[in-house]
Amino acid sequence: MAVEQGDQAGAAAHGGKQRSRAARNRRLWRVVIPYLFLLPFLLLFLVFLVLPLAYALGISLFENRLVGGTVFVGADNYLRAVGDPDFLGGVVRMLKFGAFQVPIMLGLALLLALVLDSGVVWFRTIFRLGFFLPYAVPSVVAALVWGYLYGQDFGPFAQLAERLGLPAPNFLSDSLVLGSIANIVTWEFTGYNMIILYAALQAVPGELRDAGAVDGARGWQVAWYIKIPLILPALFLTAVFSIIGTFQLFNEAQVLQPQAPGSISESFTPNLYAYTLAFTNQQYEYSAAISFALGAVVVVCSYVFMLVSNRREEGD
Amino acid sequence: MAPITERRGAPGQSQFTSVLTTALLTVFLIYSLLPVFYLVVSSTKDNTDLFSSFGLWFASFSLTENLRDTFTRDGGVFWNWLWNTAYYSVCSAVGAAFISTIAGYAFAKYRFPGRIPVFAVILGSIMVPQTALVIPTYLLLSKIGLIDTPLAVILPSLVSPFGVYLMRVYAEQSIPDDLLNAARVDGAGELRIFWSVALRVLMPGFVTVLLLSFVATWNNYFLPLVVVSTPELYPLSVGLVSWNQLATAGGGAQPLFPLVITGALVSVMPIMIAFLFLQRFWQGGLTFGSLKD
Repeated sequence: MAVEQGDQAGAAAHGGKQRSRAARNRRLWRVVIPYLFLLPFLLLFLVFLVLPLAYALGISLFENRLVGGTVFVGADNYLRAVGDPDFLGGVVRMLKFGAFQVPIMLGLALLLALVLDSGVVWFRTIFRLGFFLPYAVPSVVAALVWGYLYGQDFGPFAQLAERLGLPAPNFLSDSLVLGSIANIVTWEFTGYNMIILYAALQAVPGELRDAGAVDGARGWQVAWYIKIPLILPALFLTAVFSIIGTFQLFNEAQVLQPQAPGSISESFTPNLYAYTLAFTNQQYEYSAAISFALGAVVVVCSYVFMLVSNRREEGD
Repeated sequence: MAPITERRGAPGQSQFTSVLTTALLTVFLIYSLLPVFYLVVSSTKDNTDLFSSFGLWFASFSLTENLRDTFTRDGGVFWNWLWNTAYYSVCSAVGAAFISTIAGYAFAKYRFPGRIPVFAVILGSIMVPQTALVIPTYLLLSKIGLIDTPLAVILPSLVSPFGVYLMRVYAEQSIPDDLLNAARVDGAGELRIFWSVALRVLMPGFVTVLLLSFVATWNNYFLPLVVVSTPELYPLSVGLVSWNQLATAGGGAQPLFPLVITGALVSVMPIMIAFLFLQRFWQGGLTFGSLKD
């Protein structure tokens, strides 16, 4: 349109208009571009995180009956879960598991990190690498290998016991199985947590350490009064992730199950129970309700933990 | 004032402490390495020695036979598992790293309506336990006919809320706004700025997310166990457990245990090698959340 005018003034105006149009386009582009950058993630986030949860929530409100097909039952599946000894048993078992496994693992990780950080040790790199190595082993392989180590037929512990004339210990018996699985999880994740705590310790300013040393504080006093308070955020982070992990226990129990069907029941952990319900019993609706309830338990527990630790920190 | 040269007590005491702490660490090192050592030793034994010889020391050397048997059993299905694992892991890692990087960059370097609430939702979803999503994902995937395909494993693995969080913080810390504005003044478009300026700076973060996703997919078990049912599509984790179940059911009558052990060793090697050589990036990602306040 502007071109039709043909004169010089018009040409100048035309150039200005084009420039302003280009500027406007660029401004528009800058408004749109962040959404374009976010689009792939948000799309996948919706389809593979929000939608499955919504879908599971939806079908958990139904029940598939022999007579009458799939019928809407409202919150019945959740009411059933709350009174289901198999589900509750699994949750309580995980609470028990977490109550001793998480403190032991984090205590060990903290001790190792403090010792490595204190400098009074030789071959530091070898230790750090060695401790972290189990993290590179898939949990399935860890469970398989520990399963063989625990084995009563060809496990080395059983062999040693036999050589000493003692009865072979049954690591997967009713009373020991929880501890044996806790040992596998501890083996897998102590090094991982240690690395996180160690990195946090390395960030503690040198003046603070030296100040403690000048005041004549002993190594453990520096650790207790200076270092640990400073790395509380990291310790807190590892605790939250460990708690979330505990409730999700599945791989180790499922892999060991054929070896110890008597002591690892189909509902040993909440996830194992949801898996059994869906794929052995074909109770998809109830299984979805269990998955959803488990997710809720985890979110509530980590939230409560955060609330409590925040309050304690503020109280100090 | 005299400089403080002595940080600990008497030298003798320090020596003693070193011995003590090194001993403590050595005990834990043995614990950490024992299962790996057992795996290496056992992979060299045949089925008879596996049961009859002492578990923590070598007997006859049958590693080559074990490897051959592992790779030829069931028409060479182990090759499929190895290939699938690599394929799933590479696709998931590259995809997740790229998607997380552009999303994190957008959150860090642009101001747009919805930025704060959307990021809050993503951050909150880090709390959602991954395994609680597995059965809902299965139900949804079977509804849309994606079950028992490679995509059923890959697509859910592309969603990494933690990766987005990590890349956002990384972009905030590593890309100065002046750098982007200078490029804008030079007339560079937003896409070009990302490709030729920002991405280069974001590379270390990108590699960290790549590695974390790669290992997460390589080691994943629950998701592929549920969404894949054809043995030719199994990853190593699911395949090895299926062999182990057969072996346990047979009580060692079928010589399958050496194959599970050798297969397990093969499946662990790539990650261990990657982990030894790329330590810097691993630790970068793992320690990220704790260092940042």
